[in-house]
Amino acid sequence: MSVLERAHRINHRYRAFNHVAEALEAEGGGRLTGVAVSVKDNVCVKGMPSTAGSKVLEGYMPPFDATVVAKCRLEGAAILGKTTQDEFGFGTFNVNTPYSVPLNPRDPERSSGGSSGGAAVVTAVADFPHLAIAESTGGSISCPASFCGVVGITPTYGRTSRWGLIDYANSLDKIGCMGKTVRDAALLLSVISGPDVYDSTVLHAPIEDYVAQAGKPAEGLRVGVPREYFGEGVDQGVSDVVWGGVKRLEDQGADVREVSLPFTRYSLSSYYIIAMAEASTNLAKYCGLRYGLHLPLEGSFDEYFSAVRSAGFGDEAKRRIILGTYARMAGYRDAYYLKALRVRTRVIEDFRRVYRDVDVLAAPTMPVVAPRFDEIAELEPIQHYMMDILTVAPNLAGVPMVSVPCGESDGMPVGLHVMADYLGEGDMIRAAAAVEAS
Amino acid sequence: MVRRVAEAARLSLTDEELERYEQQLKVILEAFRMLDEVDTEGVEPSFHPIELEDVLREDKASKWVWDPLANSMHKEDGYFRGPRIQ
Repeated sequence: MSVLERAHRINHRYRAFNHVAEALEAEGGGRLTGVAVSVKDNVCVKGMPSTAGSKVLEGYMPPFDATVVAKCRLEGAAILGKTTQDEFGFGTFNVNTPYSVPLNPRDPERSSGGSSGGAAVVTAVADFPHLAIAESTGGSISCPASFCGVVGITPTYGRTSRWGLIDYANSLDKIGCMGKTVRDAALLLSVISGPDVYDSTVLHAPIEDYVAQAGKPAEGLRVGVPREYFGEGVDQGVSDVVWGGVKRLEDQGADVREVSLPFTRYSLSSYYIIAMAEASTNLAKYCGLRYGLHLPLEGSFDEYFSAVRSAGFGDEAKRRIILGTYARMAGYRDAYYLKALRVRTRVIEDFRRVYRDVDVLAAPTMPVVAPRFDEIAELEPIQHYMMDILTVAPNLAGVPMVSVPCGESDGMPVGLHVMADYLGEGDMIRAAAAVEAS
Repeated sequence: MVRRVAEAARLSLTDEELERYEQQLKVILEAFRMLDEVDTEGVEPSFHPIELEDVLREDKASKWVWDPLANSMHKEDGYFRGPRIQ
């Protein structure tokens, strides 16, 4: 069976794609020769429909490749297709989309996690050489990687170019990657990192040999265990599995110590206010004129734009536009938006201080294993948001993180989260590979 | 409140949506107010996670090769065609 036939079979069983390539085309050769790369739907691929999981972008056909996609092609990769996601990344379970809702390969009654759900599902079940391009704003790589039992890397903010990404929140969005193993994910990270003339926020720091880091022993690595990440709301079974992983790092000679990040509990509110404020400005451009959903040109421009936007955006997108617009309005801006940005500074200071004493932090990626769809349907929006309590702080600070499979609870995969200092991807990969190997 | 914000954001909501969002937003905004506990006196806001450095390139013109009208259904004579401005 060909790779494309296999991809269609995966899609049929697990609903992981919004689009499967018509042909696998690779030019040139390099580090990704023979590898099929799937791309999250919010990252543009030339000639493949790219909707970011939203009806408002229905039919949009990018005339160019995102920089990360172009870098993969230069190394010999073929693009496999576009993987499903929550609309614009607005979700934790990949259920907020009018397109495919992916099923967890370990139990199809459970969520794959989100928002990069399709990417994690394809990574978990692909029986051919495959790597996934994913994207995180507040945990959208780590969460599905944890729920599906794969490795998901979110790099330092600015390590990878965002050119060609359909933005959610510009100060938070990071394009990252997934693989079955730490070494696989590290390989793709090394390909997609680095400067880009189209994105002035990309960091020009040298790119380490991430693959080589995946083979180094953990001996001597200073590992901090933040006590705030094992508290209330974190399932005991998940905690136990992650402690087991930390113990195995210690057995390999890592120097493990308890640390504290006191502003952790405030990061969720700070994150959501900032993310929604930025999202509400980014989503202002969808108005049915240049791309995506169009309606017949009727009424005044206010009436036309409102009609397109009301028809095109889903429930969660509307909620976030309203919240984000509110948080930026005169009279509320200081209390919400600016306050959130000041608290973000506090969260960043937490990380900077703790990384003076440790190289990496180890914690559970998610407070629970993948929930069932019937459980998700019962959740109020605020309860959805609270599922992100462990992933938002490092995302808010822009430090790198990787979720690595660490064991099981209730028969479902549990991810251990390794977080590192700015541009500390090397140590982070080294620690994650040690957890994986043990 | 929600109706006013929705108008500013160019969303026309149904009565059901207005009522539901009003109730949900109350709960969410109430939860967000926990930020008031944090002393941020004299703390600068972080618009970005990392301090960005200016990046310069040679000031050289290059041609935009993509057709900006390619994805639009509303176009005429090489222009976008928009709704009436009144």
